[in-house]
Amino acid sequence: MAFPQPRPQAPQLPQHLLRTIDCQQGAVRAVRFNCDGNYLLSCGSDKSLKLWSMSRGTLLKTYSGHGYEVLDADSSYDNSQICSCSSDKTVILWDVATGQVTRKLRGHAGKVNCVQFSEEATVILSGSIDGTVRCWDTRSRRYEPIQVLDEARDSISSLKVAQHELLTGSVDGRVRLYDLRMGQLHVDFISSPITCVCFSQDGQCTLSSSLDSTVRLLDKSTGEMLGEYTGHKMKGYKLDCCLSSKDTHVLSCSEDGHVYCWDLVEGSLSLKLPVGKAVVQSLSFHPSETCLLTAMEGRVQVWASEPEEADEEAMAK
Amino acid sequence: MASDSDSDEDFVTYGTPLEPLEEDKPLKKPIPLHEQTVKDEKGRYKRFHGAFTGGFSAGYFNTVGSKEGWAPSAFVSSRQQKAGKQNARPEDFMDEEDFSEHGIAPREITTSSEFSSSRRDQAAEKAKAINAQAALIPGDTLLEELIAPARLSIGVELLRKMGWKEGQGVGPRVKRKTRRQQMDGGSRVYGCALPSAGAEDSEDDDDEEFAPENVTFAPKDVTPVDFSPRMGVQGLGYRGLDPGLALLGHGAPEHIDLFKPQSEARSRLFGDERSGTRRGGVAGQAFGVGALEDDDDEDVYHRDSMSRYDSVLGGEEPGDRLYGWTAPQQYSRNKDRSKDVSYLGKILEGFTLAQKPAKEKTIFPPPSLPRDYRPVQGFRPVVEVSRLSGVSPALAKALRTSRGHMVKEEPQQGGRHQLHSGQRRTLLGEDALQGPSSVMELLRPEDRQRLLNLRNASNQTSNQTSNQTSNQTSTPESRVSVVSSPSSGLQQQQEALAAWRGVQISTQTFRPFEKNPSKQERYELYLNRLKQGDKDALDRSLDPAMTEWERSRERDEFVRASILYRPSSSSLSTRFTRAQHQEDDDTVEVSRDQEGDIDDKQAAVTMKMFGKLTRETFEWHPDKLLCKRFNVPDPFPGSGTVGLPKVKRDKFSVFNFLTVAESREPTALLKPPESMKKSRWDVSEQKKEEDCLSEMLSAARSQTETKVEKPASLPASSSSSQQTEVKAADQKKKEGDEDQEEEEDRPPMDLFKAIFASSSEEKSSSSSEGGSDEEEDGKMDSQPLNLFNISSVTSSSATTSSSSSSITTSSSITSSSITTSSSITSSSITTSSSITSSSTSYSATSSQLPVSSKASTQQDDEEFGPKLPPPSAALTRGGATSVSEERKPSRRSKDKKHKNKKQHKHKKDKKKKKQKKHKHKVKQQKKKETDSSSEDSEEDGQVSTDELLKRLKNIRSHQTW
Repeated sequence: MAFPQPRPQAPQLPQHLLRTIDCQQGAVRAVRFNCDGNYLLSCGSDKSLKLWSMSRGTLLKTYSGHGYEVLDADSSYDNSQICSCSSDKTVILWDVATGQVTRKLRGHAGKVNCVQFSEEATVILSGSIDGTVRCWDTRSRRYEPIQVLDEARDSISSLKVAQHELLTGSVDGRVRLYDLRMGQLHVDFISSPITCVCFSQDGQCTLSSSLDSTVRLLDKSTGEMLGEYTGHKMKGYKLDCCLSSKDTHVLSCSEDGHVYCWDLVEGSLSLKLPVGKAVVQSLSFHPSETCLLTAMEGRVQVWASEPEEADEEAMAK
Repeated sequence: MASDSDSDEDFVTYGTPLEPLEEDKPLKKPIPLHEQTVKDEKGRYKRFHGAFTGGFSAGYFNTVGSKEGWAPSAFVSSRQQKAGKQNARPEDFMDEEDFSEHGIAPREITTSSEFSSSRRDQAAEKAKAINAQAALIPGDTLLEELIAPARLSIGVELLRKMGWKEGQGVGPRVKRKTRRQQMDGGSRVYGCALPSAGAEDSEDDDDEEFAPENVTFAPKDVTPVDFSPRMGVQGLGYRGLDPGLALLGHGAPEHIDLFKPQSEARSRLFGDERSGTRRGGVAGQAFGVGALEDDDDEDVYHRDSMSRYDSVLGGEEPGDRLYGWTAPQQYSRNKDRSKDVSYLGKILEGFTLAQKPAKEKTIFPPPSLPRDYRPVQGFRPVVEVSRLSGVSPALAKALRTSRGHMVKEEPQQGGRHQLHSGQRRTLLGEDALQGPSSVMELLRPEDRQRLLNLRNASNQTSNQTSNQTSNQTSTPESRVSVVSSPSSGLQQQQEALAAWRGVQISTQTFRPFEKNPSKQERYELYLNRLKQGDKDALDRSLDPAMTEWERSRERDEFVRASILYRPSSSSLSTRFTRAQHQEDDDTVEVSRDQEGDIDDKQAAVTMKMFGKLTRETFEWHPDKLLCKRFNVPDPFPGSGTVGLPKVKRDKFSVFNFLTVAESREPTALLKPPESMKKSRWDVSEQKKEEDCLSEMLSAARSQTETKVEKPASLPASSSSSQQTEVKAADQKKKEGDEDQEEEEDRPPMDLFKAIFASSSEEKSSSSSEGGSDEEEDGKMDSQPLNLFNISSVTSSSATTSSSSSSITTSSSITSSSITTSSSITSSSITTSSSITSSSTSYSATSSQLPVSSKASTQQDDEEFGPKLPPPSAALTRGGATSVSEERKPSRRSKDKKHKNKKQHKHKKDKKKKKQKKHKHKVKQQKKKETDSSSEDSEEDGQVSTDELLKRLKNIRSHQTW
């Protein structure tokens, strides 16, 4: 009964606008999928964090408690907790259901740019403009970080966690890979200030976008450059980049109002998604499907590979 | 307790011990009712009768009341016999023996005290009344007074017969008016004391106002002492809330003084109420207000506040200076009594004011001091023997005994402050310091000369021309500059020799190699030899068992240390005492692994050569808890460090400074001949490779950045280096061991190979661009390894082989420089064309880095104490640089291949297996390369590359500084 595997289809790109959500929370600083991709989080500049249903585009909950604009958020693997960081130098751990602040973590000396849960949501990692990454324990009641990673010489702009590895991108132009298992720190010099770093889904490569309008795919183990993606404009803003769910494409925000999508292997531009006129601030790729979130000004747009019936439903509404 | 009794020791126990509790024994059952027996007080058993047997306590043989028993009596109306009816009490029906049982005292009829013959004492009554006033319910004795006994005691009756009236005192009548029954503290005399003088005085005062002449008065009545015991726990004089105030309908005063004497209440009791204000009824403090109170606006529920209470004895005084004393106006008017009165108000109950004031203590004044008295003991100056050096000892002794009358007084006899330190030292009997007495002695003779000159110049009269002065100053300056920059190691050695010669050994010299005893020993040996003026002290003091490299290194260290800690500075050290505790604080925590040169990486990035060049790997210690949270075993289970490991470095190490100084100075000038020798060996291979890479990169960078600038800068730098080279050559000539030196100076072979063989290679490789991928890949991977092999081989060969003299070196400068520049330009062109391709090759090259870096760190570990900088790192670096620089173009094309292959690999689903295939080929390739390169190096060994090195060095320095 062994059927031959169907021939893999050509990778699809999220080129159809599924819906636009007006978040009503000022500029959306970051938009994030939750871990299964059913919900999305939008970080607003009006100090609020909002949870939306991905399928219907409805607002589920607003989390307010930050003292300044929310810059990044992440949801735990079990969807029970959300962590968010803000310009008010704090990281807040939220209870999703009640919307209450479970913990407010202070310690950063400047605004906190990025925040991530560890795989099991036991640790919150936050990177700040003060150049440190702080590892906060969610299990204990300690309010001090477990460890402060102060190797960076400049602001931490982005960080990602994958299993036992922590990837940070810093404005000092270095991508740092902390390997907890090996007890090693790999520093890759990129020279230009890093705006965003990503792991590939297979965990073998790292993607880093920098202010020289380049996205680079580096081999994680050696630091060699596997691919370089250019064409977009990233000169002054901290914009996101990401890989598609199947590692087929590299996507990056651009200051010219487009999302650029390159073929990972070829390095050729395969899609230039017109999002709007302003800067595309943030984007997030669905963890399993071909679905893309983009944030521009106060709106979050959902893009899918093909216009679905869900889209029609939404239109009907 | 029970358990204690088991022991043999005797303890004093109180009470009866409980019976030992036995667990098995059932609890004692209470005796059931039917077994309980009742006995009367005589021991007779008594029977109780239940309802069927006659009831309670039957008489008449357990019958009730009568023989018939419990027979109901017929009802008899008592209506007509009311008067005769007595109220029956329970006792009437009780047995007398039961009285005590029920708490009923036996009764007897006696005359009560009230009606006994003893008469009531009025005075006692008064005292009682006073006490009653003090009681919480005022006037409760008034009720008793209502039941006044009909009879008076015989004494009172007798008194009355004699004319005594109630309220009067006993005694002969006096010619005064009736005393007001004023209760003043002063007149209260307790016991049988006579009326006090004070009381009489007060009467005198009263007379002044109205004193009828012909009337006599009875003496004042005396109130006996109240011997009522104190019941409360309050302090003396405590009075509690004054119920008298409650009687004033006016409410409470502003301030409540709990310790105020009771005079007010008493005076009120004795009837002379001055109160027009007093109104009936009870109000305010401690009492509620009756419903019939006519004042509705009265504060019924008086609110008390703590602010109205004193928390301490003797609170603030009221403003009227009466201190609560409600004396009549005339008392307060009286000036000379005011003090007494004011004090009286405060007298505690049971105390009286002293009649006589306490005797004043007479204090005698201290004796007046004479005017010229000085409270310092002075000694007569003692004549010192030392001062009497010219006099014979006998005379001196005589003089001393005669207190130095004959000796001329020293002019500075004024005191110790006029003595200078030397004189004080002799006074104290201390030894003179070992070191030089003046700062001038610490200076070198030239410097001292210069200073003297300066001083002379300033002292010279103003008519001298300024030109002259400037002349004088300028010449020494130039001399100084010459001195301060020791031109060579030999010079340094000689300097050390000059400095140490003839210096006697002192234990306090600095021990720079304290941590390595044997080394320190050698160093001291060296110093000793120096002191003896031994010219080749250095070579003799070194350990012959050591390797050449170690020896040369140590030699350099010794020379430097000896110069730094030459006797002048050691004499400085004698002027200071050593710290008792060695401080460990002079170390700084530095992260162990320093990040490499950013410039190199920057260059790599611009050339898009990511990988080994841009990657650095550090040991990083995650927190234990972090590992736990990430479900990862702790990579460093034993280590307590967190983050990047830190090492302690000396904060103020001599050798730290040396490092800085050295790197700034031109290499040729600084390097002593010996150090040249060791230079090849001193630096680890790794270092070379790193340097060559960095050099290559920086060169590439410079090309891309300033192509125009380069040719201009090159000649200049080369010329300067030429000069220095010539100088160095001259020195070498002097020494006479040219051959050896030259041998060391020669760069590794691959440099030559790179220079001369590169162009052809480049062509061939570039032509093969885009050819068969697999083969090229193999080559490429092999190349970096080759490079290392070559360098090591060539370097070893270079030491053994002899080379040309320095003169030839200098002559060949120009030619080599030209080739360098030309090759640079050509390489720059190729660089631009194949930027992407080169990245991989570099990464491959640096793949060796981690291993070799480890090796270098191991070397470092062998070092002890403050590290010496590798003496000629810069020089070797330059050499290595040039090598790689020249080699670079040759490898370009191959790099490209590699890149292509990489991309290809990605297309094939990023399979990484292919790389393994190439490994075999890599090795083969390596072998080939080593062979060829070694040949090349031998051929081109003759070419002097010193200039080339220098130039490259200069280029580099231009960029970095």
